[in-house]
Amino acid sequence: MEEADTPLLELRGISKEFPGVKALDEVSFAVFPGEVHMLLGENGAGKSSLMKVLCGAYRADAGEFYYKGEKVTISSTTEAQKLGIAVIFQEFSLVPHLDIAQNIFLGREPKGRIPGTIDRRRILADAKRVLDTIGFDIDPSITVDKLGVAQQQMVEIAKAISQNARILVMDEPTAALSDRETELLFALIARLKADGVAIVYISHRMAEVFALGDRITVLRDGRRIDGVRPADVTPDQLVRMMVGRTVDMTYPRNFADKPGEVLLSVKGLTSPTGISDIDIEVRQGEIVGLCGLVGSGRSEVARAIFGADPLTGGEIIFDGKTISGEPDVAARRGIALIPESRKSEGLALLRSVGDNLVVSALRKLFPSGLFDPRRAQRTSDSLIRQLRIATPSARQTVGLLSGGNQQKVVIGKWLAAGAKLFIFDEPTRGIDIGAKSEIFALIDRLVAEGAAALMISSEQVEICHVCDRAYVMREGRIAGHLARNELTEENIVRLGMHHA
Amino acid sequence: MTDITKEAISPPRSFLSQDAIQVFYRLLAALLICAVLAVLSDSFLSLGNVLNVLRQASLTFFIASGLTLVVLTAGLDLSVGANVALSACLAGTVIHQTGSPVLGILTALVVGGVVGLLNGVMVTALRIPSFIATYGMLWVLNGLTYWYMAGDTIHGFPAGFRQIGSGYLFGLPIPVYLLLIFLAIGTLFAQRSIWGQEIYAIGANPIAARLSGIPVARRLLLVYAVSGTMAGLASIIFLSRLNSAEADIGESLTLPAIAAVLIGGTSLFGGVGTVFGTFVGALILTLVLNGMNLLSVSANWQPLVTGVIVILAVWLDMQTRRRSQ
Repeated sequence: MEEADTPLLELRGISKEFPGVKALDEVSFAVFPGEVHMLLGENGAGKSSLMKVLCGAYRADAGEFYYKGEKVTISSTTEAQKLGIAVIFQEFSLVPHLDIAQNIFLGREPKGRIPGTIDRRRILADAKRVLDTIGFDIDPSITVDKLGVAQQQMVEIAKAISQNARILVMDEPTAALSDRETELLFALIARLKADGVAIVYISHRMAEVFALGDRITVLRDGRRIDGVRPADVTPDQLVRMMVGRTVDMTYPRNFADKPGEVLLSVKGLTSPTGISDIDIEVRQGEIVGLCGLVGSGRSEVARAIFGADPLTGGEIIFDGKTISGEPDVAARRGIALIPESRKSEGLALLRSVGDNLVVSALRKLFPSGLFDPRRAQRTSDSLIRQLRIATPSARQTVGLLSGGNQQKVVIGKWLAAGAKLFIFDEPTRGIDIGAKSEIFALIDRLVAEGAAALMISSEQVEICHVCDRAYVMREGRIAGHLARNELTEENIVRLGMHHA
Repeated sequence: MTDITKEAISPPRSFLSQDAIQVFYRLLAALLICAVLAVLSDSFLSLGNVLNVLRQASLTFFIASGLTLVVLTAGLDLSVGANVALSACLAGTVIHQTGSPVLGILTALVVGGVVGLLNGVMVTALRIPSFIATYGMLWVLNGLTYWYMAGDTIHGFPAGFRQIGSGYLFGLPIPVYLLLIFLAIGTLFAQRSIWGQEIYAIGANPIAARLSGIPVARRLLLVYAVSGTMAGLASIIFLSRLNSAEADIGESLTLPAIAAVLIGGTSLFGGVGTVFGTFVGALILTLVLNGMNLLSVSANWQPLVTGVIVILAVWLDMQTRRRSQ
């Protein structure tokens, strides 16, 4: 019997730094046997980093771990496993074409009599026993690819239990589950608790936090803000703890007195990528924010408007006319997409800065179809000057530029193309603070000159600072709209979280 | 300040400087091979032999030029040889039946182009990797040609038609004129048309190209159709030069064409290479094989030497590129 007053696992002053970011800053917290410990925080608060440190995928730069009061190290996944720590990620690590039993005992299969074979009878019996302990009634010889998300999650948990996991870390386990499946999971969690398993549970759903949590730790900017018990706080107090990130605000924004004509009007947009009934309007001279949690469907909306994903319903009206088709149609009409992953989706990294700058403007620059390298050179040289792209010349390979300058090249190619609506997906991700201000100043200038911008950002401060207004998404739908005077971090988080 | 001086002495800036360097090294290599062969063999520099090398190189180049565009998009067309065979046999039949070389030429171009277009449809609409789509097409075309010919040979074409492959104009073989024409067209298309620029962009990063507003599927269709049409053109030269058509004439054509593309510096990963490089690649390949003939080296060694040159050329490319980055 474990003593309830010694934590099963305690973290003291855990820090983890990446170039330019302090992902974890002296985080301390403890989990006790038989309790559910909720981890709460915005995008980028440090939850994922903490999870990776716990399972040994990241090695903490500083800090100490105590297991049942004794000092231990977690510097590899094997060490974490030995301590009984198991993580159920959102992306499962199961092998689709192997059966449930093989997945549970992957790499630890009971050996058959002939070398290299598996003892089928034993592995199935062992699997059955593990599945029984978590109350999951299923034939262990079914292959995993035939299972639904909830069932796969059960197999992951069974796998963890079979490895004698005593500390189970779960990353938004209900994100892809139906109400009924969620109930089953909660029943299982109650069962594991009764067995003395400690559960670290990351969630964005307020209802879960209060229904399941025995203790809540709130993270922000990689720091532990507070540790509370659900009985002592209200949802509003928790939201207030999560927001209030401090970011250096040096970029200017000149808000227009009156926005111009409606440039983009999206009605009932639905796509197989998981977004439905999206209504969005963007006017000339506006920067409209599109926020919500990571995975709420923000990028999918951007891609659907641009024609990069198919639509199953709804209408996109741009500049007074309906638009449909592939991205080349949207681009020709004047829509620009500055994608989140600029290296894989925004640039041809091995080509030159110049090649990348003119690629979207070929038809506009050379209506005859004849490419003139000198004209292309002049165009890219002028963009390099205008955007102050730090590059020795237009011939430089674009992959060698810094993140901020690469982002300027992506924006530049749409300036050359004469785009009227710029859709930015996380425009400042991985960019240093100076380049950030420059990019915001640039967006501000664009809309002042009559263009419009739709901006996705996980940095709520940025949205509040630069946007005229914002839509907040939750689970593939628009959860609400915030006008300029309502645009606060608290409101964004409140709308983006799950209250049901 | 230094920038200004650098600009003043460097040639007109183009976006293909890296490619220009690669082609330059290849031309040097070709000249070096010529010099060595001139020393080793008296007959190498004879007019007859030089013209023979050029004609031989042109035959490889026609197929390889269209293939270059496909490879620039990070694709591959393995069906070109089989396409040449089918186009030649159908064109030969048309000439025999109608007596009209013009109709025959049109047949070859249309058949070649349609086959290419089908490849393009498989790659774009059906999303089959080009390597597999065109490999399957190779077998389909071979099957059709063997079934259609049923072991026959079509032989004997009008003298005017035979001039295309074996005639001379101002002392140069007619295929050499065709070579120069298509080298110019191919280079202009790849380097000086916006479609060419888009093809490079697609090869360098197809996802970014699509999200930059390039109609990727349409450009790929075009590229495969051009590759097929060039195979159709090559089939006419073969038909005219051999004065006969058989089902198996395409079998030894595809791999040398791919070799010319690779020796010419076009990367199988797409986005890098030139049509002119492919011409030099075809020239190098032909020179080496010609030299081996002149020096009475057994023909059995030719595949081995070809393989070594391909590996060497690609490896040297990777070295120079790595250093430049």
